[in-house]
Amino acid sequence: MEFESDMAHPEGAYFTRDRNGWHPKPCDPGYKTSVLRSPSRPLVALDSTLSELTGPVFGHDQLGPLDDDLTLNFARPGHTPVGPRIIVHGRVLDENGRPVPGALVEVWQANAGGRYRHRKESYLAPLDPDFGGCGRCITDEAGWYRFRTIQPGPYPWPNGPNDWRPAHIHFSLFGHGFGQRLITQMYFEGDPLIWKCPIVNTIPDRAAVERLIAPLDLRNAIPMDALAYRFDIVLRGRRSTLFENRMEGL
Amino acid sequence: MSRLRHDLPNDLNGYFKETPSQTAGPYVHIGLTPNFSGIEGVYPEDLGRAVFDPGAQGERVTIRGCVRDGAGTPVRDALVEIWQADAAGLHAGIGEPRGVADGAFGGFGRAAADGDTGEWMFETLRPGRVPFKDGRLMAPHITFWIVARGINIGLHTRMYFPDEASANAEDPVLARIDPPARAETLIAAQEGPGVYRFDIRLQGERETVFFDI
Repeated sequence: MEFESDMAHPEGAYFTRDRNGWHPKPCDPGYKTSVLRSPSRPLVALDSTLSELTGPVFGHDQLGPLDDDLTLNFARPGHTPVGPRIIVHGRVLDENGRPVPGALVEVWQANAGGRYRHRKESYLAPLDPDFGGCGRCITDEAGWYRFRTIQPGPYPWPNGPNDWRPAHIHFSLFGHGFGQRLITQMYFEGDPLIWKCPIVNTIPDRAAVERLIAPLDLRNAIPMDALAYRFDIVLRGRRSTLFENRMEGL
Repeated sequence: MSRLRHDLPNDLNGYFKETPSQTAGPYVHIGLTPNFSGIEGVYPEDLGRAVFDPGAQGERVTIRGCVRDGAGTPVRDALVEIWQADAAGLHAGIGEPRGVADGAFGGFGRAAADGDTGEWMFETLRPGRVPFKDGRLMAPHITFWIVARGINIGLHTRMYFPDEASANAEDPVLARIDPPARAETLIAAQEGPGVYRFDIRLQGERETVFFDI
C-alpha cells in the first residue's frame, strides 16, 4: 500500500509517551498480576531510530471478506451468535490529528455471556457455538475502521475476591511505525462496572479512562439490525523535523 | 485539523493525546494468534508466522527464548513480536527512506509462548546494520515488543547478537545504557550455529533493559 507523503509535516521522532498518569501504571497492586510482571528499573530513554520509526504494512489481500464481521466469521451456516448485535466503528488518528490510513486493527472479545473461547478460561457461562471472538480490518484513507459483532458480557475474574470485568473489546493497533504499537480495551457507555475494575483503575487519570469508553452512536445504528458504538483511537504522533539535523545521507 | 467526535484536543497546541494502553490480558491469543489458540477457520494462518519468504537473501537464524516474571516463573501467556531490517539493513513496510528491502523479506514476526513451557521461537534472517539518527551504524539487532496478562503497557526492547562483538562495541544505543553492565541483558546467548537464546526478564536480578522510545 502506498501512502502519500505529507511534505508539509516532515516527520521526526515520536512524541514522548505520557507515562506520568495518562498511561496505566506498570505496577499496580490492585491488579495483582502486574506486581511481578512490571519492570522495577526505569525504562531507558531512546529517541526513535529507524528501527522504531519503520513498521510492517498489512494489505487488504491478507484479509478475508468476513474478517471484520464477528457475527459471521465463526458461525455455522444459517446461524448467528446470541447477543445484542452491534457495529463498532471509529477513526484512527495520530496525536497531530491526522488520519492513519492502512492501520491494522485486530479485536478480540468474550461472547454475550462473558465467556472466552480459550482453553484456559473456566467461567461457567457457556460457549456460543456460533462465536469465535476475533476479527480484524484495515483503516481506509481517512482512518476509518468498522466491525460487526455482538456486545460481550461482563465476567468475573480471579484477582480480588469479587472482581468483575466490565464488558469490553480488546483492540490491537499497528500504525505506520513499530514504535506506535498499541493494545488497549474499549468499554461501553453507561456500564457501572467500569469504575470498579482494577484493570481500568491502573489508569490514574479519569480523562484517560473516558477515552476508552465508547458512546452509543444511535445515528449510525441500523434499524431492526444493529446498534452502533463509536470508538476513536489516537496513536502516537511524530514531531516535525524542520529544526532537527537530518540523518547523514537522508 | 480533524477532531475527535467526543473529545476536544487535550492541550493548548491542539494536539490529541494517545489512547491509553490496557493490558492484552490472558486471552490475547484469541485475537492475535487465533489458530494457535484453537480457533481455526477464521483466518487461514496466524499473522507474523513467517518473517521471510523462501528466496530471501541472508543468513538463516533461529531466535528462541522465554519471558520470565520477577519470581523467575515463565510467562506462559506472553505474546512476542519482532521487527527488523533485512540482511542489507533495509526495512520492508513503510518509513524506510534509504532504499527498497528484499522483496521476499517481511521483517515482522509474532509468536505466542508455549502454554506449558513459556518458550517462543522465531525463524528469521540476521539483520544488516541500520544507521542511528546521527548516521553512525547500529549493530545488527532485532526490535522486540512484549505483551501479556499483567503487562499494562507493551514493553519495547532489542536483541543483539553475541557474535557481533566489534559492532556491539560501537553501538550507540548499547553505549548509553547505564550502568553499562545492564547492556548485557540485550545480548543473546549462542546455543549453536545460527541458534540464539534471548531470555527476557521482566524484573529483578538481570532485569532486561526496556526502552521508552
